[in-house]
Amino acid sequence: MNKTKYQPVIGLEVHVELKTKSKMFCGCSAQYFGKEPNTHVCPVCLGLPGALPVPNNKAMEWCVMIGLALNCKIPLVSKFDRKNYFYPDLPKGYQISQYDEPIARNGSLKLKIKNEKLKNNLEKTIRIRRVHLEEDTAKLIHQFGNQKSKIKNQKYEEFSLIDFNRSGVPLVEIVSEPDFESALEVVEYLKKLQQIVRYLDVSNADMEKGEMRLEPNISLREISNVKFQIINYKVEVKNINSFRFVEKAIDYELKRQEELLKREETPVQETRGWDENKQKTISQRSKEEAHDYRYFPEPDIPPVHWTGNQISNIKNQIEELPSEKLERFKKEYGLNDYDAEILTRDKTTADYFEEAVKIGAGHMIAPKQIANVVINKKIDISSTLPAHLITQIASSKQTATLSDEALEKIITQIVDENPKAVEDYKKGKSNALMFLVGQVIRKYPKKIDAGGLRERMEKMLQ
Amino acid sequence: MKINVSHIAKLANLSLKEEEKEKFEKQLSSILDYVKKLEEVDTSKVEPTPQVTGLKNITREDQTIPSLSQEEALSNAKNKHNGFFKVKTILEK
Ligand SMILES: [Zn+2]
Repeated sequence: MNKTKYQPVIGLEVHVELKTKSKMFCGCSAQYFGKEPNTHVCPVCLGLPGALPVPNNKAMEWCVMIGLALNCKIPLVSKFDRKNYFYPDLPKGYQISQYDEPIARNGSLKLKIKNEKLKNNLEKTIRIRRVHLEEDTAKLIHQFGNQKSKIKNQKYEEFSLIDFNRSGVPLVEIVSEPDFESALEVVEYLKKLQQIVRYLDVSNADMEKGEMRLEPNISLREISNVKFQIINYKVEVKNINSFRFVEKAIDYELKRQEELLKREETPVQETRGWDENKQKTISQRSKEEAHDYRYFPEPDIPPVHWTGNQISNIKNQIEELPSEKLERFKKEYGLNDYDAEILTRDKTTADYFEEAVKIGAGHMIAPKQIANVVINKKIDISSTLPAHLITQIASSKQTATLSDEALEKIITQIVDENPKAVEDYKKGKSNALMFLVGQVIRKYPKKIDAGGLRERMEKMLQ
Repeated sequence: MKINVSHIAKLANLSLKEEEKEKFEKQLSSILDYVKKLEEVDTSKVEPTPQVTGLKNITREDQTIPSLSQEEALSNAKNKHNGFFKVKTILEK
């Protein structure tokens, strides 16, 4: 048997839809979600003859902003190009995109990869090749009709319906170098990217709504002691439209390729689509020939020239990014990595926490305590005002100091009465601990801080 | 210069008959050979010129303007269905 070990080599193309008011090259509304079909269209985004595209200034600034947040260089000159192919979702027969002079290039993004074995985080840097701007395509719906088809071997007429509302919505494409070595790293990167564009407030990046899409290209290379083998194929996977599918699709594809390589076959260079129903990737050979895009400069759009001043103005508009906020939270509020990570996951929670800390200072309530409550009690920050939260914490602080001995007694009793839950918890079911905590709270005559109690019981049951 | 006419026809979404392929292959080759004459000009000191207007930074503010109505948008469509353009499926899903 072939015992060669293989290492995944994965690169990523991510598309992010910008949330501008208007489209990329015309004044139609870009907010197409759930709207009546073909009601956000005009001669430009329908590709009617003679219509001229004019770039949306805000979309270009936001693309620069994304580039800067990803540590890219912003060349002072940029231009648009035509990417030519025929498909019904592309009314002009080409997509306006950027080829050799993208808005941003040569960036990087630092990831923290959890290592289960070593129980720590490893830092890894993914290089970003380029960030460019383009227009989205129309939306296609494939349908079977109830008319008899004229096509041989096809029982009923099969057709596609086109809605051009999405045609021309600004799309930022972020292309990484092939630096990923596992599906886990890809997921971390996507989460991070999503977090950054949301912090920048330039996209909602909701994968289920198609506001963030990814196309990994996947290969395997042999690991030999001496050197890395050169890879001579690359498989592109499309149709991954949910966070839940990312890992499954990539892992499936890696396994498929490994099996081929072990039989000493080379996987075919091709485009494959993830089929969620079948739980596998399926060849989409029909898309192959279209890869000859014959890019050429878009003659209808004059080049874009930035001044250094404009770029630094855009840079100044960028507020604290998630990774900076996380470090500051650790330093300023004495939080550990875990807490700081949860609190900075989205900006709303981070702002809420800081507001509560400010108010809490007047009540001698430590940031760490507030962090515990916000995280462990899963406070609904949309309905509880920070000030109200502080009042709650302050009053529970007064009551929870009821004799420690009484609490100890109740805990022992609950633990004795529920051997099954204790056992479950020791087997790794964290729900069982929450059950026990709940029982203690019920028995305890006064209000008690659940987070503190949980920590205490955790220690006790270790 | 040898030209793969079938490939070019496919990219241009054209279906050609065999005799047309032969005819166009000859025609395209001779056109390319003729245009090749341009290579005789010394362009080492000439910048690539994708634009001739001398314009730059022609952009618009992010403001919406009214779109066409659905009726207007679909008015020239050969086939429509419930507010959508309707076309033959060209790819199996
Ligand atoms: Zn439009």
